[in-house]
Amino acid sequence: MSGLTSLATTAATRVPGWDLLVEPWQFAFMQRALLVTVVASVVCALLSCWLVLIGWSLMGDAVAHAVLPGVVLAYLVGAPFAIGAFLFGVGAVALIGGVRETTRLKEDAAIGVVFTTVFAVGVVLVSTTPSQVDLSHVLFGNVLGVSDADVVQVLVLAAVAFAVLVLLRRDFTLYAFDRVHGHVIGLPVRRIGALLLGLLAVTVVVALQAVGVVLAVAMLITPGATAFLLTDRIQHMLLVAPAVAVVAAVAGTWGSYVLDVGSAGLVVVCQGLLFAVAWVVARRRDRRAAGLARRRPAAATRAAT
Amino acid sequence: MTIGSTPSTALRVAGLTVRYREVVALEDVGLEVALGEACGLVGMNGSGKSTLFRTVVGLQRPAAGSVEVLGRGVDRARAEGLLGYVPQQDDLDRDFPVDVRDVVLMGRYHRMGPTRHARVADEHAAEVALDRVGLADLAGRRIGRLSGGQRQRVLLARALAQDAQVLLLDEPFTGLDVTSQAAVEAVLRAFVADGGSVLVSTHDLTSLPQLCSRSVLLHRRVLAAGPTPEVLTPANLARTFGLDVPAGAAGTGGAP
Ligand SMILES: Nc1ncnc2c1ncn2[C@@H]1O[C@H](COP(=O)(O)OP(=O)(O)O)[C@@H](O)[C@H]1O
Ligand SMILES: [Mg+2]
Repeated sequence: MSGLTSLATTAATRVPGWDLLVEPWQFAFMQRALLVTVVASVVCALLSCWLVLIGWSLMGDAVAHAVLPGVVLAYLVGAPFAIGAFLFGVGAVALIGGVRETTRLKEDAAIGVVFTTVFAVGVVLVSTTPSQVDLSHVLFGNVLGVSDADVVQVLVLAAVAFAVLVLLRRDFTLYAFDRVHGHVIGLPVRRIGALLLGLLAVTVVVALQAVGVVLAVAMLITPGATAFLLTDRIQHMLLVAPAVAVVAAVAGTWGSYVLDVGSAGLVVVCQGLLFAVAWVVARRRDRRAAGLARRRPAAATRAAT
Repeated sequence: MTIGSTPSTALRVAGLTVRYREVVALEDVGLEVALGEACGLVGMNGSGKSTLFRTVVGLQRPAAGSVEVLGRGVDRARAEGLLGYVPQQDDLDRDFPVDVRDVVLMGRYHRMGPTRHARVADEHAAEVALDRVGLADLAGRRIGRLSGGQRQRVLLARALAQDAQVLLLDEPFTGLDVTSQAAVEAVLRAFVADGGSVLVSTHDLTSLPQLCSRSVLLHRRVLAAGPTPEVLTPANLARTFGLDVPAGAAGTGGAP
């Protein structure tokens, strides 16, 4: 730490604003907040690529909300909140699948009915518990107040989810792209889908620590959507999404100290800003491509047939 | 029809009945495709062609009947990668960020290790397959930037890279220009000449005799089956397409 401080001192003489840049990271609670936020961001970003491609964004929202009663119950019985959250996340997914397969409802209606109901159960449960303070932690995260045990929990869960996502990435991409083909060559397509949803539940538990129930869904959609705009290969998308998320995590956490605002909200705002940048970049690129095509109308017509 | 699995039969469908709730899509359908044979499947829209394909690959559960592929049950055949299936009007996401080579390599996933890392043999098979369908120079193009006909050929290449023994193609020529159709037909003929088997549904009755030595006319039930020239009679076609046309006019008719 002293090394960092002396580095900061020497640099401060040359670079204006350097102090402000490094000052937050001198505090252990800020380092811990950064660690948790970055780790959660990376895992969420990786998963978000497939969620965006499959069209499961709403599913991410659903799982993130559905964990609330699990967290409250775990709190009431004194169990690790990750267990309660995971069980309710998986349970909600199973319930959504059940409603969708046994009715003619479209998926978004099945998702909407289930997750709002489960979330409402959580809200009712919260109103029966004596401590109201923890609710805001669950809803909006409490990354500055995470305990050592929480940090360990986040790191272990994130490492497991990350490893599985990376190792089985091609299966998940096949699942997102062409389930029918996967079935025809005898791959366990249903199990791959179930695994992805299970990982979604684990990832939500991780994201809860960083940004809470309400904003977890942003971490599960925005980086993937941003990378989707910037790249046209899944291999690149899987690199760009976590990179974007790390930038947002660092900027948001730093900004929360400097501006003295909540870090969860600011991290998500940063993700949104990066998405906006990507949007502008992608639009300009597409316009330029369209302009080129107009200048070569004959070639374009030939390519389109 | 012979009893038991003879090695000369690539695909055997017997007594197949498929229902969607109250709709009976297929009723007591039986057909066989021999090894090294291409069989045409002809029927109007809604006659159950796609349902037959979907049932053969195990996407649709039959109410009754059985499907055998090279003497095995469908599940075994799928696990061994024996079945190649090119669906009608692929509903693949045009914006999906994969390129042509990625897609063709997906034909080999069942042969790869758990991480589906492509080995040299896989890369080679994908290259050869793309070359056979005439798309070698588009290997690096994103799938969404292909025409419908090119996409159809990519899916055919994937089935070839897979080393499938039985190809199931659901209206592969719909929406193809003459060149693409000729390319696909040439690939299929070469595949059959090498001992592969094909079941292909089509509305193109003009090219059917050159492509398929045998044909099946389907309208929920099998209306006629046998050598293509014998099956494609005006009377049979009139029954298949529910047309009430004078004999002679139906023979040259294309898709309804
Ligand atoms: N998923 C489905 N649900 C309900 N009915 C279906 C479904 N798919 C097909 N059908 C019905 O089954 C019949 C056969 O359809 P299909 O196999 O698609 O015929 P084809 O491919 O020859 O046009 C039609 O009457 C169609 O309406
Ligand atoms: Mg059809």
